[in-house]
Amino acid sequence: MKFTQLSIFIGRNSPGSLNDACKVLADANIDLSTLTLADTKEFGILRLITKDWEKAKDLLGKAGFAVQTTEVVALLVDHKPGGMCGILDALAKNNINVEYLYAFATPIAGNAVVVFRFDNPDEAIAKLTEDGGGNIRFVSPGKIFGTEKA
Amino acid sequence: MSSTIKGVPAPGYNPISASDYIPQEKMREIQLERFIRVVKNAYENVPLYRQRFDEAHFDVNSFKSLEDVKKLPFTKKVDLRDTYPYGLFARPLKDIVRLHASSGTTGKPIVVAYTQADLDVWQQTMCRSLAAVGMCKEDIVQNSYGYGLFTGGLGAHAGAEGLGAAVIPASGGNTARQIMLMRDFGVTAITCTPSYFIHLIDEAGKMGVDLRSLPIRRGVFGAEPWSEGMRRYIEESAGIKAYDIYGLSEITGPGVACECEYQNGLHVFEDHYYPEIIDPDTLEVLPDGEEGELVLTTLSKEAIPMIRYRTRDITSIMTEKCPCGRTIRRISRIGRRSDDMFIIRGVNVFPSQIETAILNAEKTLPNYQIVLTRAKGLDNMEVQIELTPEMFSDKVSAMEELTAKFAKAIERIINIRTSVRLMPPNSIPRSEGKAKRVVDKRELDK
Repeated sequence: MKFTQLSIFIGRNSPGSLNDACKVLADANIDLSTLTLADTKEFGILRLITKDWEKAKDLLGKAGFAVQTTEVVALLVDHKPGGMCGILDALAKNNINVEYLYAFATPIAGNAVVVFRFDNPDEAIAKLTEDGGGNIRFVSPGKIFGTEKA
Repeated sequence: MSSTIKGVPAPGYNPISASDYIPQEKMREIQLERFIRVVKNAYENVPLYRQRFDEAHFDVNSFKSLEDVKKLPFTKKVDLRDTYPYGLFARPLKDIVRLHASSGTTGKPIVVAYTQADLDVWQQTMCRSLAAVGMCKEDIVQNSYGYGLFTGGLGAHAGAEGLGAAVIPASGGNTARQIMLMRDFGVTAITCTPSYFIHLIDEAGKMGVDLRSLPIRRGVFGAEPWSEGMRRYIEESAGIKAYDIYGLSEITGPGVACECEYQNGLHVFEDHYYPEIIDPDTLEVLPDGEEGELVLTTLSKEAIPMIRYRTRDITSIMTEKCPCGRTIRRISRIGRRSDDMFIIRGVNVFPSQIETAILNAEKTLPNYQIVLTRAKGLDNMEVQIELTPEMFSDKVSAMEELTAKFAKAIERIINIRTSVRLMPPNSIPRSEGKAKRVVDKRELDK
């Protein structure tokens, strides 16, 4: 249920650097499961999830990028109106703060998979496991990376 | 002293340093005798000096005491440019054995020349510099100043070699090889610019080499102003003692003045380089202890005598006796050059102030650059700071807080609000010589 996310700093006014980062990964034949770009006026942060995160981190670091790893949690969301609400209710009830979230590109069994960045992922998992109100379905890395049957 | 140095006792007295201990009165006599000689050399052999002295009604034969120095006209960098290439030479080219030139950022470079005797004096004062920080013939010295037209490389090389140390002429660049040399050759001392050494610390970290675990224990850094904060950072991250050395090509090159083991002011080798401090506005000579522009006269230079050369470096002559026992006077560390200073919205700012602010905010010194622009008649200053992996967070809020923290630290020191921009690693050009901290685009933007 926990994934290691890579974050990569993208400077302002450097339109090529997003491409450069992706190219480093493409050249090494690294498959991305999902990615998202947080952009501000001053800079961008590219966040991505890949099975080969250790190799990717090493290559990006060697290519001169500032790279960080963060643990994030993936949850299954019903692909229907209001699908997120049950989850967000459970988070609010347990006083769990969401820093940011984004979705995986491919659904699993017709459901969306959403990535959550919590301050403390272990604590969030524990609280949600105990009291998720029946709405919480964690998604393991194996399911996303295809190493485990859906 | 605060920081750790790998435990090797400092070597004892080196006879090369004898002149560092000449009693003050005797030193004044030597200076006067040499001053008279150099002024005559200038007047008799250099048309520009002859013209200037005549205009100032200065009679070379009337020079009787060091008080008379005040009557001499100043020499400036522009004089070297205007007489490019050989106009200030007091010796014919057959007596010249070396030429150096400074990188001319604007227009023509300036050319400096040396007779064999000039090179000998330069080497001697460079040896005395290195001896003052405790270096000796047992040392293995990596000289990472650039070799070439820049005086740093050959100057430091001659000094270390003269001391009998084993010199590795690494020159600048090829950082990975520099770190390999440092490790494999058991380097005990390094000479380079402080900004290049910071770069070496960063790169060593990336290569997984902890400089603190290597035999290196001393660094002699010069050719650009650097702060006490930068010294602490270097000493802590590399486990060495970092010493400041001062010099300029116009006078000779590195080795005009250097710190001793006490790291409190730089001893000027005043039997060869005569220091004065002036008020840069009124041009009055200031008493010892007062801060102003450093003016230097070469007391023994044959090829290009420099009379009262305005260095643009701001410092003061220290009056207290140095506990090391040297009697030659010290100047305080040069934190700023009047050349480096820039004025933004009416406030005088020195790059060293920005450096201090960055160190205050993050306790580390990433590569940085100050970019000045002008839009609609209003000056803007942007401080670009390269992100280190340690500073980087996946959270936008954390990055914005970091930006604000830098901006606040800078505002606290210079009292004006500036914008701070975080930059990707290695995106600001690095110099292997002197760091270029300020990019002033205001003229272009106008």
